[in-house]
Amino acid sequence: MILGRVVGNVVATQKDERYEGGRIMVVRPINPDGSDAGDELLALDAVDSGVGDTVVVVREGWSASTTSTGSPGAAIDSAIIGVVDTVEENA
Amino acid sequence: MQFARVLGTVVATVKSESLEGRKLLVIQPLDASLDVKGRPMVAIDSVGAGKGEIVFWCRGREASFPFLPSEVPSDCTIVGIVDSVFLDSRFTG
Repeated sequence: MILGRVVGNVVATQKDERYEGGRIMVVRPINPDGSDAGDELLALDAVDSGVGDTVVVVREGWSASTTSTGSPGAAIDSAIIGVVDTVEENA
Repeated sequence: MQFARVLGTVVATVKSESLEGRKLLVIQPLDASLDVKGRPMVAIDSVGAGKGEIVFWCRGREASFPFLPSEVPSDCTIVGIVDSVFLDSRFTG
């Protein structure tokens, strides 16, 4: 999994049926200190995250599909599976 | 998943039987600002996307799932056509 920050969302009328009812979020990967760590990705939201939230993103299809749609086998490669309260380094 | 723009169509007469009837497209991956990011690649379409459209695509094993129960060989499948993208400038830097 990676840490990320939700920076936006996507509206798409025409999409794979398994995305129906889901929210497609734009996530920017970040380092534990909050600095940018690479290129944005799209992830389906499984935890009611919002723009500005720091989140945990799983980048594996089975897990992403199951957590965001309730069952495996969807064409989803990334999902937001947690909203981060704090990250403590050297804990 | 990632954004991309559809650049065009790939025509392949000789191909795996499991690709029969599938539409192969050339796409240019884009970043969240919809600027070019990386090299063009070949994707299979599952939503009726066409040239010039902004889409999002799924990578990996999951890319073949839209076609189940057909086992279509794909590691890059277009799964949605983008109407609009909202970015919050407070968080995009």
